[in-house]
Amino acid sequence: MISSHRAGVAGVAGLAVLSILAAACGSGGSGSSGSALTNSAPGITPTTITIGSHQPLTGIAAPGYSEIAPAANAYFQYLNAHGGIYGRKIVYKYLNDQYNPALTSTVVHQLVLQDNVYAIFNGLGTPTHLAVAPFLNSDHVPDVFVASGCECWNSTASLPDTFGWQLDYVREGKILGAYIEQHFKNKKIGFFFQGDEFGQDGVKGLSYEIPKKQIVAEKSYDPTNINIGPQVDALKAAGAQVVVSFTVPAFTALLKLNMLGLKYSPQLVVSDVGSDPITLAGLLAAFAKNKTAGFGNSLTQGIVTDGYLPSLGQASNSWIALFTKIHDQYIPKLPLDGNVLYGMSVGYAFVQAMFKAGKNPTRADLVNAINAGLPQGASVAPYAYSSSDHNGITGAYIATISNGALVPNTGVWVTDDSATGAITAYTAAQPAAPASGIPSP
Amino acid sequence: MVHVPTLARHLAVAIVAAAIILLASIVIGDYRDYQLAQVAPSVVAVAGLTVLIGLSGQISIGNGAFMAVGGYTSALLFGHLQWPLVAILIGATCVAALTGAIFGVAAARLRGPYLAGATLMLAVALPSIATRFASVLGGDQGLGFFASVPGFLGPTFSLQRWQAWFSCGVALLVLVLLANLVRSQVGRNWRAVRDDEVAAALAGLNVARLQILAFIVSSACAGAGGMLLALVTGTVSPSLFTLGLSIQLLTAAVLGGLGSLAGAIWGSALLVFAPTYLQNVAVSNGLSTSSSPSIPIVAYGVVLIVVMLVFPSGIQGGVSRLARMTGVDGMLSRLGFAPSSLGAATVASSIVRRRHGPGAAGPGAVQPAEQQRAEGH
Repeated sequence: MISSHRAGVAGVAGLAVLSILAAACGSGGSGSSGSALTNSAPGITPTTITIGSHQPLTGIAAPGYSEIAPAANAYFQYLNAHGGIYGRKIVYKYLNDQYNPALTSTVVHQLVLQDNVYAIFNGLGTPTHLAVAPFLNSDHVPDVFVASGCECWNSTASLPDTFGWQLDYVREGKILGAYIEQHFKNKKIGFFFQGDEFGQDGVKGLSYEIPKKQIVAEKSYDPTNINIGPQVDALKAAGAQVVVSFTVPAFTALLKLNMLGLKYSPQLVVSDVGSDPITLAGLLAAFAKNKTAGFGNSLTQGIVTDGYLPSLGQASNSWIALFTKIHDQYIPKLPLDGNVLYGMSVGYAFVQAMFKAGKNPTRADLVNAINAGLPQGASVAPYAYSSSDHNGITGAYIATISNGALVPNTGVWVTDDSATGAITAYTAAQPAAPASGIPSP
Repeated sequence: MVHVPTLARHLAVAIVAAAIILLASIVIGDYRDYQLAQVAPSVVAVAGLTVLIGLSGQISIGNGAFMAVGGYTSALLFGHLQWPLVAILIGATCVAALTGAIFGVAAARLRGPYLAGATLMLAVALPSIATRFASVLGGDQGLGFFASVPGFLGPTFSLQRWQAWFSCGVALLVLVLLANLVRSQVGRNWRAVRDDEVAAALAGLNVARLQILAFIVSSACAGAGGMLLALVTGTVSPSLFTLGLSIQLLTAAVLGGLGSLAGAIWGSALLVFAPTYLQNVAVSNGLSTSSSPSIPIVAYGVVLIVVMLVFPSGIQGGVSRLARMTGVDGMLSRLGFAPSSLGAATVASSIVRRRHGPGAAGPGAVQPAEQQRAEGH
């Protein structure tokens, strides 16, 4: 008889050996303190605050978005060089998840369980972050300022430690929808959106404002399938005169090029996350393999979008001046575009929250600090934060892309995320950036 | 040597292993527990695959698709019916087995590259069903599957330790079942079919039925593995079950040693630990974040080539050879345990023999097989 049973014996024994090996690799805890600054929470030492994030540094969502974490980190370096948070320096570890939820789960477990980060900051993406939000909340790790406008982050009952930051897609859809309703009356409208909660939330907001009879086509795409020809064909066949797109930048560019291919030129209205002019121009030139100067900008010309941060075109704005200075000093190789602006603005918000959380904060202190509300920072509209609302920025202005920059068409509009909530003009002037560039405690 | 019944011996080893894992999981901390829980799904799926390829002689490049069936079934049962985990596990295994049975009927008619091609098609096509029926299966975003620690363990019990316990428990159970199956009449019949289908048929074996059965067993294991993967990841989505996963399973089976259950563990451990470790090394050595993601893939290729050159019969084949060289083998054998197994050598030699006729197999491959047969007791 062949000794086949030993396969099983050896197999089972092997699994046991493996667990011992894992045991041998395990390590113990750390350090102590003497000064007033203590190890008040995991990831916090008297000298550092370590935070982590998952970011698409490569893959389909990388174009543009891969600049966000380096930009936030540039702001943190600026902060560290100017006194830090009560003397502590921020250490920002962002790992690549390639916009793949399975990888997100792995890297976030590593950050929380092995690297002992204090909080997960600005984890990017709706499908990716949905994979880890329940885990973070079950371990009570602050999950702050998710880089996605999904309404799902505003679930204070099931996800009490999770906070959105950017304008949520429902509010954004409502604001874009109201503008379309005013300016493209009786035109045929088509929707093109990512087939997940990002796109669906946007469409939800749009549908609150645009009369149903005007909507002639609703087409979604999968971010893993770049062949969107059939959808664009269907939008054209339906005769849509205005196409509203809730897309990541790569798919906004693909949409534009597919339209060109079909000699179809409706008015494009694009969600903020997919409309950064500089990123789009670069993608369009790369996809079309056209190196002519100004080619990309010629294709973005006239796209209508919205902005919840000041426009990079307004050089005199105190926030733009501050972030341009930091950009030139710390990340001069990256283009100064909407993604860099986003990264620094959300970094600023985190520093605001950390100052508010106190000198020796626990993880709960940070959550409580944001629940108590944050003062308006780099955004044009105030935050919604309260213990019952974990949405962030509440409003935006509508703009048209002209020569590669946003030119505002309207003042700032604010609204809520309900079907009936009114859209109102927000007239209070945006507070200027502090001269030091750092929020006061 | 006193004869101990097979089942009893396997159970005894499993219980000892379970005890060690239990103790270790308390000592090693949450992150190691999480990694332990990550290895288990792969062990379960690779064990099923290695039995299919190594014993019944069929190939499947599509077992990632059966993992997807198990994973999605679990997420649906969890989300809509709130079944307990054990019931979900059984449900996922059964649905995957059923899918495997249907596909197995087709597979039993195909040979060699045609079978490989058909299973490859499965791996490519099945995950896209999730985006086709997005309203039920959640599209690219997938479905959530977050099971918290059961109440009886107390409110402060570590989630990762619980996941490690559950996953490793299932893995041990599957290994015990497979080890017994391999040693049973079915296992012997599979080997007969693998070595020579005509001879097996002449001896009265129903070749097609045996091959379908092997496919069912393998896809059931993949289904259970898919359930565990979904549990540990906390979500199911098409990106979790890519073609890459199917290829990885195959690679793990080959690296560990085809046909060897112990090899399934080596292969899976390599699969889980190597990429994270290598990327960390790359990052800590100052490699840019844009090029470091490629390092694990490159290293994986290098490891694959090296293992195949140095240990053509996989890691477990190498371990067995070392044990034989040092004499540990005989010592363990006297105690009733042995690191050597039916192992890769037998399979490798049989595949080579089938392809080139008797006598054509390389010296390294044939010799251990013949030796084992001669040693048979």
